[in-house]
Amino acid sequence: MAGAPLLELQHISLSFKGVKAVTDISFTVQQGEICALIGPNGAGKSSLLNVINGVYPPDEGMVGFNGNSYRKMQSHQAAVQGIARTFQNIALFKGMSVLDNVLTGRNLKVKSSWLEQTFHIGRAASDIAKQRQKAEEVIDFLRINQWRNSIVGTLPYGLQKRVELGRALASEPRLLLLDEPMAGMNSEEKAEMSGFILDTQRELGTTVVLIEHDIGVVMGLSDHVVVLDYGRKVGDGTPDEVRRNPEVIAAYLGTSH
Amino acid sequence: MEFFLEVLIGGLLAGLMYSLVAIGFVLIYKASGVFNFAQGAMVLFAALTFVSLLERGVPFWGAFAVTLLSMLMLAWAIERMVLRPLVNRPPITLFMATLGLSYIIEGLAQTLWGAQVHGLDLGISDEPFEVAGLLLSQFDLFAAGTAGLLVLALSLLFNKTRVGISLRAVADDQLAALSIGIKLQKVWMIVWAVAGFVGLVAGLLWGARLGVQFSLSLIVLKALPVLIIGGFTSIGGAIVGGLIIGASEKLAEVYLGPVIGGGIENWFPYVLALLFLLVRPAGIFGERAIERV
Repeated sequence: MAGAPLLELQHISLSFKGVKAVTDISFTVQQGEICALIGPNGAGKSSLLNVINGVYPPDEGMVGFNGNSYRKMQSHQAAVQGIARTFQNIALFKGMSVLDNVLTGRNLKVKSSWLEQTFHIGRAASDIAKQRQKAEEVIDFLRINQWRNSIVGTLPYGLQKRVELGRALASEPRLLLLDEPMAGMNSEEKAEMSGFILDTQRELGTTVVLIEHDIGVVMGLSDHVVVLDYGRKVGDGTPDEVRRNPEVIAAYLGTSH
Repeated sequence: MEFFLEVLIGGLLAGLMYSLVAIGFVLIYKASGVFNFAQGAMVLFAALTFVSLLERGVPFWGAFAVTLLSMLMLAWAIERMVLRPLVNRPPITLFMATLGLSYIIEGLAQTLWGAQVHGLDLGISDEPFEVAGLLLSQFDLFAAGTAGLLVLALSLLFNKTRVGISLRAVADDQLAALSIGIKLQKVWMIVWAVAGFVGLVAGLLWGARLGVQFSLSLIVLKALPVLIIGGFTSIGGAIVGGLIIGASEKLAEVYLGPVIGGGIENWFPYVLALLFLLVRPAGIFGERAIERV
């Protein structure tokens, strides 16, 4: 994949009260690719995602996004820059409907002021219609139309995961961060979710960074795989390269001495 | 029959005065899941500031504007010094913080304006007048109208604008709210400022009725049963809860009073709230928590 990288991590280190979560990690993600972060539990995958998304400021290193470098990015700033994400333990607004959840993803696209919205004047009408239409597009895209008015908290787990993806997509992100989008799903649901992720990349041109444990799914889905073990990067390349990397094999299967 | 209606309507109107206070709680509870004990202190602070400015010769709207400004500054200070450092803490921590806050605000009001009781005249007579053969208080009607307007404005603001949806999002999941670009600080600042404004309106009406004094901050306690009945998360619920409390306590006083002794008004709302807790813990309009197990 050619072109300028959309995301570039430079020597990122992060520790929690002396416990090193991530040590000196660097890699780049090209525009339009699907990049998978894999590694055993506790390898630092989620921490890394949280650094990219601005939840944790790294102790050292820089995050480059879309040509700008950040020492420390606020979550809000990350959203403004076009980084959207889902969470390992679904973080939806459980008391709201599916449609409202997806609509919250349009938060930053709203142009009219609260005064216009309160009195339904000026840009409010066209603005609301536009946000609504975009949300409907996402709902169609993810085929969750029949649950549009259901309260999210009442839906089964697999569907909630899809709604969460929908909320992230509604913001028309440049970079989509997915933290275990297929955790706890059966193979049918996994295939379906993989399909949505591929469609997102192909049809919307969104760059995706995802964390996933199912190696079969990862190898089939990704253009690029980064392997972490104990907070260090042990592999970085195409699925085929990574599969042949002895260090990766060691991390996953253990070495014989 | 006429007497019954008079008591009922008088009770309903008085109940809206409770609703006014309860709305302030609902706003903050909706945005952070915290029962803001300091709401009563904010009502007192607003009323005391307003009346003190008035007594120093500041015209009505000037005093109103300055008081509103001071409530905004208070909201800003609370967000900066209390809420921001306590982000992501459990609600009980925040509740304790508002408990402390309520004493700080009361102390601040006392330091600034002194501790004496002030009379407040809003220029609306409390003389009863007759409508269709019923005696009604002009002041109560005015208060009811104000409450109605306030609810209309708030429901427009919170149902029609993205402020409203941000508010619910923040209350539901702060991390997720951050990830879609909602600024927590901004939402909190807005909510506390609006709660301050509601406190100002409640302070003026209650101050005019009871005099501006420190017991004003105790109307927190009367708002509690209103919230339990109406639900902590619904502005409409605060209104309905207020109406139920107002009407039932007055009717109980008048009709049960002669049978079981007077003073029912003071405890009846709490008994009613207790009954509601048994039957409908989330209140009439409160959001019931959805748990999948």
